[in-house]
Amino acid sequence: MTKNKVRIQNAVTYGMVILFWVVIQVMDKTGHLTSLFKGLLVPLCMYAILAVSLNLTVGILGELSLGHAGFMCLGAFSGAFLTNCLETAVPSVGVRFFMALILGALVAGVFGLLIGIPVLRLKGDYLAIVTLAFGEIIKNLINVLYVGRDANGFHFSMKDTTSLGLDEETGVVLIKGAQGITGTPRAATFTIGILLLLLTLFIVLNLIHSRTGRAIMSIRDNRIAAESIGINITKYKLMAFSISAALAGMAGVLYAHSLSTLKASSDNFGYNKSILILVFVVLGGLGNMRGSIIAAMLLTALPELLRGLNDYRMLIYAIVLIVMTIFNSSPKAIELRSVVMSKLRGGAKKEVA
Amino acid sequence: MAADSKSVKMTDNPVKSGEAAGQTAGAGKAGAVPTLEVKNLSISFGGLKAVDGFNVVIEKGQLYGLIGPNGAGKTTVFNLLTGVYKPDTGMILLDGKNITGKKTIEINQEGIARTFQNIRLFKELSVLDNVKVGLHNHHKYSTLEGILRLPSFYKVEKEMNERAMELLSVFDLDKECDYKASNLPYGKQRKLEIARALATDPKLLLLDEPAAGMNPNETAELMETIRFVREKFSMTILLIEHDMKLVAGICEKLTVLNFGQVLTQGVTSEVLNDRRVITAYLGE
Repeated sequence: MTKNKVRIQNAVTYGMVILFWVVIQVMDKTGHLTSLFKGLLVPLCMYAILAVSLNLTVGILGELSLGHAGFMCLGAFSGAFLTNCLETAVPSVGVRFFMALILGALVAGVFGLLIGIPVLRLKGDYLAIVTLAFGEIIKNLINVLYVGRDANGFHFSMKDTTSLGLDEETGVVLIKGAQGITGTPRAATFTIGILLLLLTLFIVLNLIHSRTGRAIMSIRDNRIAAESIGINITKYKLMAFSISAALAGMAGVLYAHSLSTLKASSDNFGYNKSILILVFVVLGGLGNMRGSIIAAMLLTALPELLRGLNDYRMLIYAIVLIVMTIFNSSPKAIELRSVVMSKLRGGAKKEVA
Repeated sequence: MAADSKSVKMTDNPVKSGEAAGQTAGAGKAGAVPTLEVKNLSISFGGLKAVDGFNVVIEKGQLYGLIGPNGAGKTTVFNLLTGVYKPDTGMILLDGKNITGKKTIEINQEGIARTFQNIRLFKELSVLDNVKVGLHNHHKYSTLEGILRLPSFYKVEKEMNERAMELLSVFDLDKECDYKASNLPYGKQRKLEIARALATDPKLLLLDEPAAGMNPNETAELMETIRFVREKFSMTILLIEHDMKLVAGICEKLTVLNFGQVLTQGVTSEVLNDRRVITAYLGE
């Protein structure tokens, strides 16, 4: 019975995303979309992917990570780098984008693993602080990284373009420090974003409802008991952390291909971004993937649609966060919700049907 | 009242049958390797000798009790046996194999499973999933197979569900399999913890105060369950308990710890009548 329930829940989540895609397509075809909203569509998907992937670390593994923007940054830069590198070798933008997605996820995943090994020994606040620092370190390192290519191969520098010592004729600077990567083809479309979101959901939801997912959640619920029945804590912690990082990397590649200029600025990949993603996760409910998507989409779309209230955005954020936290975890609120839900149940079923 | 007299009755019988079983087991398998053999186990925290020269031999199929006043070092012995602490000296042999100094997860894979004094369930997981986590190392498929939902996923999950339901029905928990573990009543949570430990298919089951916080009815029921588990799975069990009715009712042999040292050990009825044991519990 639980199994069927899980299946229905998952189907609703997938269905919601597909429905969203259909609605947007119809609105687009009938000309109801403003150009402002069109510009928001790819970021919407990106934030939804980021929120779902962070929820794997925070909600399922139960560890507070504030370095998610760092992994996204890694994915974005490695992906954009690959796309620009292979410009002549692989003419098709679509193929390059696809390769970039794989590379971005791989690089972020590997870094997630490397960073996870020392970091996951910490717990709670300490883990949050250290992941926050790692996110900043990644961003700042990329900010001073110069990479060029000429006939002799790749050149790296942490100083400036001239110190790359590129060949005059064949040299091309690929990553220009604080100026980032320019000229990435804007291949990311809403449809690709939705497909990636569905892929993320597929990976995360299937992972949670499998042997591995149970092991991860058992660590969250009681580490000592999990150990006593032979669960390899380190292995599953690292697995959840690096899968989460890899998916963030993928979202980064999507992001990189929606901009013509990619910079590792604080606006793009700073800790504020990490906290923003965490806000989506908390608002949507820990461990609740569907909630993460809804929260990410609403909170991304609303500030843009309500530009008039821009000055009060952070204020409203804070209030909404507090209210939602109470709504999600206060015993009284939970009681109230269950009463309301049981009353609505009859009506809700009809709606679904 | 009725339950009380019932449990008293139960106390009488098993002691005798237990004694008999203990003796025959001892005589019959004189040369056999004991399931657990602990030699001279010690650990100190700072200057305190928490466990000092602990020895015990538990034959296969025995139901062995470890008792002693508060702070005697009983739980520390469990933590040493399961690798939570590394002993300063001594040796732990499981089925004749030296497992001293191994990690907790390795010791579990060697065949020791335990429950906890303060219940440690996976609270947010369902009752069924709690047991399925216990089956983790016996029914395997890779993470990738799980994500891609390959046929092996469905096959192994089906096996796991069947095995888990089998275990749950032993403990009369099969109807609650969809409940969140934290929503079970206290007595059932204790049972679920035992079911989860059994799911790892151990050779030796360690129960840390299984009757703590239970009322006489629940304790009586628990005694039945422990006895049943031992019969059904032909399990060797070592348990810590303060409830003397339970100890006298089901344990064949006892070891009494006091201030980290073995005060006495032997057949239950003799140990419980030992002057020194009574003194240790009640004072001079």
